[in-house]
Amino acid sequence: MPEVIPADSVGLVTPQVHHFDQPLTLRSGRVLPEYDLVYETYGQLNANRSNAVLICHALSGDHHAAGYHSMEDRKPGWWDNAIGPGKPIDTNHFFVVALNNLGGCAGSTGPTSINPQTGKQYGPEFPIVAVRDWVNSQARLADALGIEQWAAVVGGSLGGMQVLRWSIQFPERLRHAVVIASAPKLSAQNIAFNEVARQAIAKDPDFHDGYYHDYNTIPKVGLTQARMLGHLTYLSEDAMRQKFGRELREGKLNFSFAPEFQVESYLHYQGEKFSTRFDANTYMLMTKALDYFDPSADYNHDLVECLSHAKCSYLVMSFTTDWRFSPKRSKEIVDALMEANKNVSYACIESDDGHDAFLLPIERYHQVLSAYLKRVAVEVGAKA
Amino acid sequence: MNKLTLQTLRPDLAIIQDWVKPGSLVFDLGCGEGTLLRYLMDNKNVRGYGLEINADKITAAVANGVNVVEQDLNFGLRNYKDSSVDTIIMTQALQAVERPDELLDEMLRVGDEAIVTFPNFGHWRTRWYLTARGRMPMSETLPHAWYNTPNIHLCTMTDFEELCASKNIRVLHKTVVDSEHHENWAIRLWPTLLGEIAIYHLTRRTL
Repeated sequence: MPEVIPADSVGLVTPQVHHFDQPLTLRSGRVLPEYDLVYETYGQLNANRSNAVLICHALSGDHHAAGYHSMEDRKPGWWDNAIGPGKPIDTNHFFVVALNNLGGCAGSTGPTSINPQTGKQYGPEFPIVAVRDWVNSQARLADALGIEQWAAVVGGSLGGMQVLRWSIQFPERLRHAVVIASAPKLSAQNIAFNEVARQAIAKDPDFHDGYYHDYNTIPKVGLTQARMLGHLTYLSEDAMRQKFGRELREGKLNFSFAPEFQVESYLHYQGEKFSTRFDANTYMLMTKALDYFDPSADYNHDLVECLSHAKCSYLVMSFTTDWRFSPKRSKEIVDALMEANKNVSYACIESDDGHDAFLLPIERYHQVLSAYLKRVAVEVGAKA
Repeated sequence: MNKLTLQTLRPDLAIIQDWVKPGSLVFDLGCGEGTLLRYLMDNKNVRGYGLEINADKITAAVANGVNVVEQDLNFGLRNYKDSSVDTIIMTQALQAVERPDELLDEMLRVGDEAIVTFPNFGHWRTRWYLTARGRMPMSETLPHAWYNTPNIHLCTMTDFEELCASKNIRVLHKTVVDSEHHENWAIRLWPTLLGEIAIYHLTRRTL
């Protein structure tokens, strides 16, 4: 809990909910007749409505990106180190909007919501949403907030995929795209990791084909395993060596199959913590959205042709030890953007922290982000 | 950063900008803080990308509002297509790459024209330094000791022109300046001896 709210924090924030009663047709062809989106905003929208920045969250993120919900909160929002007065996404200049995506489990309509047509939880019947569906729903949120054009849309990992999608789906509706630790599509290896995670959940006897709510249980074991696998792919070998080495919990080998190395208990802890806070059906569909993302598929698998429809400028960033979304994948985006004659800057940030780095306050990372967004603030007349 | 004018631009860059066609597509290899690109964007309506490896310079170039892409020039330009750029500029970096000859080939594969500048090792002071002191020359243009210099492939203007000739590279323009990047009558008269920084405008195109 913060004794006092730090000066560079957005402070206490209250999530808001917007109800949408216009049906949304999804990529799968299925239709969501109505839905809620939960979101938070930080900073002030200026008179010209030109200073709005959208934050797109990754696999397990939500709308609580910065600040505190109450003085009892142990931790601030998931990207508090980057959003706030004087921080890279500077709320003195920008009106920042963060939402929980459709299919999420933090307040927006998703598998844990009641299906108005049956009066029961959607559970596994919630339609599989694609990145473009999220972007469509985010555009409707922008309409509701009176935002014609974003000064910038920003996201890391799966969030970066939403940013890319925004830039080709609504080219007129954003001036800048900030794509961090992302990829133009997942590799086979990446899809494979997601499938192992999904199988761990699906094969948990408590999963009940996704209807666990009806049985008053959750697939805790499966979700724990899924998160353990995910978590370990977000770290680099160096980071794990530095953090745990071969350290033993009890200082000696016990010749048992219980967790003995520190790294094992760390993963168990992370997995278990996640398994009680996150919904398994949401995890399943978020990983599907990752797997399905491939915007170039609509353009003969030509990424250059795909990105040539964009009108915004881009900042792309990657991290040296990120092997889940490696610098090479970011460079693919950059090369395609250059070939498509788009404005783009690219920085590959030195870091030992693997994919997790995009959430950390790494000095050079924040310097580049800050330098870029300061130009954006001037360009859109943020203070006007 | 204040807006640069032709008068406030470094003299060697002022020479270079004159060789860049308005509205063209330019790469600046080792673009530093993006000064030249910023000038070309503002004054010649050029579209450009800088390639840079130094972290602080990349941040400065981003702050300067130019497109800057982190890329090691020793990797070459293999991620870019043939003849996809009008002019590729490289100021004071050719001597610091692992294979200047290969990078020169790459520049003229991707770019229709190239502009390169490098310290002229044939300058009279360099020659005198080696002759009189018997030690590796150091100067304002070449401030490093032999063991820690980034300038691992120094050459004279004659060496460079021989390399160009062997690769069928045509010299469109050449000029030389002193260490303050200025031109004068004496340098023009005897460039290979009096010029400290050589500036070449090259192409592989035939007339």
